[in-house]
Amino acid sequence: MSLQAAGAVSPAAPVPADSLAQTPLHALHLRLGARMVPFAGYAMPLQYTAGLLKEHGHTRAAAGFFDVSHMGQIAVTPRSGDAAEAAGALEALIPIDIRGLGVGRQRYGFLTDEAGGILDDLMVARLPDRFHVVVNAANKAADLARIRAHCPESIDVALVPDALIALQGPKAAEVLARLAPETAAMRFMDVRRVAILGTACLVSRSGYTGEDGFEIAVPAEAAEAVAEALLASPEVLPIGLGARDSLRLEAGLPLHGADIDPGTSPVEASLAWAISPARRSGGARPGGFPGAERILAEMQAGPARRRVGLRPEGRAPVRAEAPLFAAEAGGEPVGRVTSGGFGPSLGAPVAMGLLPTGLAAPGTRVFADVRGQRLPLLVSPLPFVPAGFKRG
Amino acid sequence: MLRFTDEHEWLRLDGDVATVGITAHAAEQLGDLVFVELPKVGVKLTKGEAAAVVESVKAASDVYAPLSGEVTEVNEAALSDPASVGADPQGAGWLYRLKLDDVSAMDALMDEAAYADFAK
Repeated sequence: MSLQAAGAVSPAAPVPADSLAQTPLHALHLRLGARMVPFAGYAMPLQYTAGLLKEHGHTRAAAGFFDVSHMGQIAVTPRSGDAAEAAGALEALIPIDIRGLGVGRQRYGFLTDEAGGILDDLMVARLPDRFHVVVNAANKAADLARIRAHCPESIDVALVPDALIALQGPKAAEVLARLAPETAAMRFMDVRRVAILGTACLVSRSGYTGEDGFEIAVPAEAAEAVAEALLASPEVLPIGLGARDSLRLEAGLPLHGADIDPGTSPVEASLAWAISPARRSGGARPGGFPGAERILAEMQAGPARRRVGLRPEGRAPVRAEAPLFAAEAGGEPVGRVTSGGFGPSLGAPVAMGLLPTGLAAPGTRVFADVRGQRLPLLVSPLPFVPAGFKRG
Repeated sequence: MLRFTDEHEWLRLDGDVATVGITAHAAEQLGDLVFVELPKVGVKLTKGEAAAVVESVKAASDVYAPLSGEVTEVNEAALSDPASVGADPQGAGWLYRLKLDDVSAMDALMDEAAYADFAK
């Protein structure tokens, strides 16, 4: 067998370790026994000593610690000191209500291109003096350039060099409250400046696992101390990228570069819910973002294809890029799997894919080609596991 | 006789039948296994062709036929409990048994010490 193709890291991995960027928590990962892999130009932990299945289950049952410092954090700061001045520039790139975003609140959105495709998906948080935008690692240079190019001279656009730590799971709030009691009162998508171990951090109540939890931007020099304090809690285990992927897949959350990309519109991606009412046809500020013509037309008429959840009926996982067919034999592919694997919490394989709207209703049976065999899958509602967000 | 391949499989010979599995090194690299697919009994395999599949949460890996022969038995327990392959890959987690076309072909494979050196 090829261990390379298995996603396992062979000693002869072609990427020399010294060409990879390291997060501020690199030494900690090594001390924790992580298996490091190249990811988006960074050396990142794939898994720790517990292994992917235990890490996944622990995050759903207690709390998981994730280093996501590879992600891009972009500060959009008007020199006037008033964040509101940048809202218009961001709304010209992102089809969500940013003018109406309250101070201390965060919203999910995406950068669209002129053809209505998704350049990246992101979180935008409003602080009193700036917007804080969190983007995918692989796209951060392009996103930074795009936002900078659209902002006038009077608005500074810069990468924030802070570490980013995610603490996720039903015990996350209890753990973080011991270090920062004021986080207990935060609701889903709240953002606060909070002192942790005497260091000013930016905390949001959000994540990428489907669980309650937080994402914590920590100045790089304090990152290891904050990480160690979180990991000292008996409820917390370190979690690698492997479980991060299986957790987000079960939660039905799309991965840019797999489930969504510039070839997919937000409506096709089943993300039209994120386009704020104010930016839709008939809203207060309809359109005015790249690709608006196509995206708003698709919202009216419905897209030709949609991102859906898929549950293989058998036990074999169905992986990304498997072609999807309407019938058990014959015919041309009608769609493809965009993410797929095993859902540890479900004890069964799960996948997401793109299918023609006529085949996208839950309960529809489609077939994936896996090693020359057509395996049946049922279109299923997303998420596969119920979300544990603290909305109240 | 116990032999290893550079594709991280092991074979243990008993008469002219070899029991085949993945090495402990391979199992460790793959991580938790969640699905195993095995060849059908009676199938004739040619050295190098995909004979079985082991899948972790993240990825599927083909297990190639280490030598040519006919499948005489498969490990049903591995099908129902894929984790058992990862837990004891060179014992209870064997995959299938192969009646070798040419027993002498075993001689060309690595012994345990040579494989240990190879897998370093």
